[in-house]
Amino acid sequence: MTSSNSNTSSRWATDHLLSWFLWGTAMMAGTIALLIMVFLVLEALPALQHIGLVRFFTDSSWHPAEGLYNLAPMLWGTLFAMAGSVLIATPLGILSAIFCHYYAPPALAGPYRRLIELLAGIPSVVYGFWGLVVLVPLIGEVHPPGPSLLAGILILTIMILPTIALMADASLAHVPQHYLRGAAALGLPRWAMIRRVVFPAAKSGLFTGVILETGRAIGETMAILMVCGNVVQTPSSLFDPVRTLTANIALEMAYALGDHRAALFVSGLVLMAMIVALIVSAEWISRGRIYD
Amino acid sequence: MRPWPSLYLIVLKQLLFLALYWVAALQPLPGSAADQLTGKLVISGSSTIAPIVSEIGKRFESLHPGVRIDVQTGGSSRGVADARQGLADIGMVSRAIKDEEKDLHAFPVARDGVGIILHKENPVQTITDEQVIAIYTGTVTNWKQVGGKDAAITVVNKAEGRSTLEVFLQHFKLNNRDIKAQVVIGDNEQGVKTVAGNRSAIGYVSIGTAEYDESQGVPIKLLSVGGVAASTKTVQNGTFPLSRPLYIVTRTPPIGLAKAFIDFAQSKAVHDIIKQQYFVPLGD
Repeated sequence: MTSSNSNTSSRWATDHLLSWFLWGTAMMAGTIALLIMVFLVLEALPALQHIGLVRFFTDSSWHPAEGLYNLAPMLWGTLFAMAGSVLIATPLGILSAIFCHYYAPPALAGPYRRLIELLAGIPSVVYGFWGLVVLVPLIGEVHPPGPSLLAGILILTIMILPTIALMADASLAHVPQHYLRGAAALGLPRWAMIRRVVFPAAKSGLFTGVILETGRAIGETMAILMVCGNVVQTPSSLFDPVRTLTANIALEMAYALGDHRAALFVSGLVLMAMIVALIVSAEWISRGRIYD
Repeated sequence: MRPWPSLYLIVLKQLLFLALYWVAALQPLPGSAADQLTGKLVISGSSTIAPIVSEIGKRFESLHPGVRIDVQTGGSSRGVADARQGLADIGMVSRAIKDEEKDLHAFPVARDGVGIILHKENPVQTITDEQVIAIYTGTVTNWKQVGGKDAAITVVNKAEGRSTLEVFLQHFKLNNRDIKAQVVIGDNEQGVKTVAGNRSAIGYVSIGTAEYDESQGVPIKLLSVGGVAASTKTVQNGTFPLSRPLYIVTRTPPIGLAKAFIDFAQSKAVHDIIKQQYFVPLGD
């Protein structure tokens, strides 16, 4: 009892200081997030007043110079690119982590893990450049023009793969050793152990990894801008060019004025809403069920 | 109640000091040299010219520390209106001066030229204005139809708001809504890379960029428009049709600070800034 008493902050000046310092930094982080929200809303407000939220989804097209502001095709572009890349990257990333932990010889697992970490550190513009000069011409040979939803999905997959692979790797490492020994003692084959013991135990970490990679897929801009073709249309095939909301902001912000500029901030708000929806749904899905 | 009088006093002192300073600044000092220019210039107008003028302004400010240059954008018409009403000292206009604007004093600073580019290995050598329009509106979709190989055309267009897009639409009398593009790009370099990586693409970029990249061995070629070869030379002498002059305008013949700035903006000392922004400086 005495030892826990001596830990309370009232006794120790350093604890007191640290507590204030932590309060301060936490407040700062929170305030910045709030300020960004307020800024986005304030900048988007003129467009919401002049144009109205409904027209961002009902106008005939996106031609801000002519007063047409339909964001829906870009929303679809963002969603398709995100869904495609998450669907490919998630199994690949998880399988890579399983390989690393349970199948690869240790001499291989170490360097392999370093390689994945390296993949995570490559700047997105490099991926984009590689996509533009290698991937896009390749797709162009198969099915012109080349810049397409497919190119975007592939680039995004490569970019988010390390996120899920590393998260899965970390959560597999946290599966208690005695679970594995227990499974081995029962004579379970390796795959059965992974499926019945490791997956349930590592569920929460894997789920967090999926959320993180999805967030990254929604927010990615530079690489997508370079390989997707950026034509504002709802894609009808994988080979159609698309424009995502992030690419739209990056492409047009430098030269936008007045309502056009405000409309780009509305794109930002829509993106923000998507992220909020993602977090809320993640909370809802994981509510009380993930840590069992 | 104590602190107030002293606060008032401080503010009053400051104001007095500022006023004196201002009066002193307005008084032309005897034998004032160029480096004693002081004051503020407000410049407004075309968003195409604004980046160049604001860079020129920064260099001018560093040469004359007492000068502040405030650049605002809002389109060529605002440049004309602000210069007329005296809301701005100098207006920026990115098109030829109209007849009813001849009362303003216009000073060209640069030209903006747009070149149509193809992949180097595309056998098509020339292309008429009608063919460009047909390709960009989607009525011609295969190079075969304009004397090339049998390959689907990839139309590369610019994102809304870019000045190259404006020049292109204006010359071919097109509406951005009618353009059927397969790729939309942002800056000029991205356009060059897109065309260089696609044998059946057609695009348009600023001539300065295309010429530079072509000389560096990037596999693209510039097409002539209306029988005039596309080069910074033909843009400079005004014969290349896909180009436009960039002006700064004043209401009265410029004197003092405005004159010094206009002379500086037209001098060779800013040619590097103009080239950096992919525009073509005027002849020597």
